[in-house]
Amino acid sequence: MTAQDWISIVSIVTAGITVAGGSFGAALGEGRALAQGLDALARQPDAASTITRTLFVGLAMVESSAIYPLVVGLILLFANPFVR
Amino acid sequence: MNPFPAPLWSIGPFVVTDSVLVTFVLSILIVVIGVLALRSPRAHTALEMGYEALERTIVSTTSADVRALVPLILTLWIFLGFANLVSLVPGVASPTRDLSLAAALALISFFAGHIHATRVHGLAYLHHYLEPSPFLLPFNIIGEIGRTIALALRLFGNMLSGHLVIAIVLYLAGLLVPLPMMVLGVLTGLVQAYIFGVLTLVFAASSLREAERRMHQEAT
Repeated sequence: MTAQDWISIVSIVTAGITVAGGSFGAALGEGRALAQGLDALARQPDAASTITRTLFVGLAMVESSAIYPLVVGLILLFANPFVR
Repeated sequence: MNPFPAPLWSIGPFVVTDSVLVTFVLSILIVVIGVLALRSPRAHTALEMGYEALERTIVSTTSADVRALVPLILTLWIFLGFANLVSLVPGVASPTRDLSLAAALALISFFAGHIHATRVHGLAYLHHYLEPSPFLLPFNIIGEIGRTIALALRLFGNMLSGHLVIAIVLYLAGLLVPLPMMVLGVLTGLVQAYIFGVLTLVFAASSLREAERRMHQEAT
C-alpha cells in the first residue's frame, strides 16, 4: 500500500459520504418545502401561479446545497489534485 | 457521448471543446429558426403572441421595473432550453454540462443585473450594500458573489449529474435502459432553464426593490 493508494481509497470513501450526506439534508429540506407548498396550494388555489413560481425558485436554492457536495465528490473522483 | 467536455482542437492557447462547437451551432440554429419563422405570417403571429405572454409573465413576477431585462431573460430561456435538450440528439452532449459555459452565463446574469440597476437608479443603488448596517458590507458582497457562483454550479451540477447517470446506466445495462433517465433529463433540463432565467430576474429585481424602497422612504 503506497501513499497514493491510500489517497485513492480515502478519496473514494469520502466522495461517497459527501454525496450521501449532502443529498440527505437537501432531500429532507426539499420534501418539507414541497409539502408546505402543496398545503398552501390546497388552501389557496387562486394563488397557484405565485406559489408554484416561488416554490420552484426556493427548491432551486435548496437544490444548490445538494449540488455543492456533488461538485466536491466529482472533484474527488475525477479531478483529484492529490492523485498523480 | 462523453459526460465530460472533450477537447476537439486548439487555436493557440484556446482549447476548443465540443461544448464550444455545440454552443455556436445552437446559436446559429436558433437565429435561423427565428428568421425562417418570421417569413411566414402565421408563425410570426404565433411568435408574437408567445413573446407577449412570456413578457407578461416576467413583468408580473415582481413589482420592480424589469421591462428592460425581458429580452435577456427570454434569450436565456430559449438558449438554455435548446442547450439542455440538445443531449437528446444522439452523439451530442449538452454544452451546459461544461462549467465554462455555466460560469459565463452566470457572469452575464450578474453584470446584467448590476448594469440594469445602475441605469435605473444611478450609483445610489449601491447603498443597499450598507443595509441594514455598514458593518455587514463584507457579508453582502460575499452573498452577491456566492449566489453568482451558486447560479453557475447549479446549472453545471444538474446537467453534468444527468449525463453521468445516463453514462453509468448505459455502461451497466446497455441500450434503451437509460430511457427513463433521459425522460427525467428532459424535465430537469427545462426546469433548470426556467430557474436560471427566473433567478436572474429575481436577483436583478431584489437590488432594484431595495433602491426603490429607500427612495420611497426618503420622499416621505
